[in-house]
Amino acid sequence: MKPAPFVHHAPRTVEEAVAVLGRVGHDGKVLAGGQSLIPILNMRLASPAHLVDINRVTGLDAVTVTDEVVRVGALVRHAGLEAHEGAYAASPLLRRALRHVAHPAIRNRGTTVGSIAHADAAGEMPAILALTGGVVEAVGPAGAREIPWHDFFLGALETSLEPDELAVAVRFPRLPAATGTAFAERARRHGDYAIAGAAASVAVADGVVTSARLSFVSVTEVPGVVDVTEAVQGQSPEGIDWSLCDDLIRDHLSPEADIHATAEYRTMLATRLAHLTLAEAASDSIASSAGGSAA
Amino acid sequence: MSEPVPEELLDVTVTVNDVPRHARVPARRLLSDFLRHDLGLTGTHVGCEHGVCGACTVLVDGAPVRACLMFAVSAQAHAVTTIEGLGTIDAMGPVQQAFTECHGLQCGFCTPGFVTTITAYLEENPDPTQDEAREAISGNLCRCTGYQNIVKSVLRAAEIKAAGS
Ligand SMILES: Cc1cc2nc3c(=O)[nH]c(=O)nc-3n(C[C@H](O)[C@H](O)[C@H](O)COP(=O)(O)OP(=O)(O)OC[C@H]3O[C@@H](n4cnc5c(N)ncnc54)[C@H](O)[C@@H]3O)c2cc1C
Ligand code: FES
Ligand code: FES
Repeated sequence: MKPAPFVHHAPRTVEEAVAVLGRVGHDGKVLAGGQSLIPILNMRLASPAHLVDINRVTGLDAVTVTDEVVRVGALVRHAGLEAHEGAYAASPLLRRALRHVAHPAIRNRGTTVGSIAHADAAGEMPAILALTGGVVEAVGPAGAREIPWHDFFLGALETSLEPDELAVAVRFPRLPAATGTAFAERARRHGDYAIAGAAASVAVADGVVTSARLSFVSVTEVPGVVDVTEAVQGQSPEGIDWSLCDDLIRDHLSPEADIHATAEYRTMLATRLAHLTLAEAASDSIASSAGGSAA
Repeated sequence: MSEPVPEELLDVTVTVNDVPRHARVPARRLLSDFLRHDLGLTGTHVGCEHGVCGACTVLVDGAPVRACLMFAVSAQAHAVTTIEGLGTIDAMGPVQQAFTECHGLQCGFCTPGFVTTITAYLEENPDPTQDEAREAISGNLCRCTGYQNIVKSVLRAAEIKAAGS
């Protein structure tokens, strides 16, 4: 099918984009990479009267790495962030997760900020924004504001971004040096939306676990984080029984059934992926602190 | 019945296969339909129109993208390469040649999307393993071949390219 008619706006600056969004209000939609929006338009699940195409807005295409964060502008494509060596060095979890976001042809157009604005709990990058404690930078007619991830994701595909606000960037904080990370997911075909996925961050200090956190893909309604530290704190990561975290994990999950998997299967898979990524993140933590002290 | 309100038309110029091509189209014209209907370049095929099948894949500034998930107006500052730009019957490109040799197609519906995807892939990865070749085509669907001969075609295309360079 084809999209319904719309008026195409091609602003050159953030101010212009926000001014148009303010004028068209609820009749308008931001068009970034279009890799979620255009399928929705093609299927006529939505028919906004105005599209504010931000692809020609200048100053939104940078990845900036500082001591604290990796900042990703609204026009950085998934493929660009995935290939960015500075971002990988600062936060390897970004590339580990981005490799699972759709197929390369879709990563070439789709933006990381767009996938976070889309706020699909089946998306990898909303989960990563949550796990790293990230922030969305928004600009609206009233000026700029910063929205921490937990105030940003409100419901299924629902965020606290106003219709006249543009997300200009997201910031993924860098995790402390001794914190290891891992990402794993299972899909019918690599590049498809995951049946379930898990991202873990684990800190190990003086040979024992001091922090363990998880974020999931495709098994919660809203992107979120579950802190499982209390279940494994103080234990040596060697031979640790990660299933001690299972009660906390199951409380956190709210999987749905579809043609690919039952809710029970998704819970089982997500729990196994949690064990796998927790173990891997613990090894990563030990390796990175060993690497750190050797350097 | 009353006439529908005419839609605003835009002058859109896109460089396709190194030639600037122009048409007056509505903003909602998908790049895939712009190529096929407005420019008559019917080599780009349209399967699902939601990004899943890969049949419509073209190269935008050398990188594979779904033509069904991009508007023609958005393609204006870019160089688009379609299957027509990758060779002719008399002078096939290496990927096309490999598909012919390895029986990499049956009905041919999916083939343009595979050829564009593989062409871009081999630029970055000139010597893939069998597993990498399979991974490279994981975003494209084929209902005929069972993929074995497409994987062979990727590896053969890499050989032909290496021999030619
Ligand atoms: C076949 C297929 C498979 C896919 N598989 C996956 C997958 O496995 N995992 C995954 O995470 N994603 C997947 N995607 C989606 C892909 O990641 C999209 O790129 C991403 O979800 C949206 O980014 P975009 O730039 O394309 O945004 P668009 O499609 O342009 O926009 C999406 C939504 O966000 C809004 N928006 C976008 N940018 C902004 C902004 N800067 N400010 C305010 N609002 C904004 C738009 O108005 C729209 O509502 C898949 C897509 C396809 C077609
Ligand atoms: S027609 Fe574009 S991906 Fe199927
Ligand atoms: S050759 Fe028929 S779909 Fe691939």
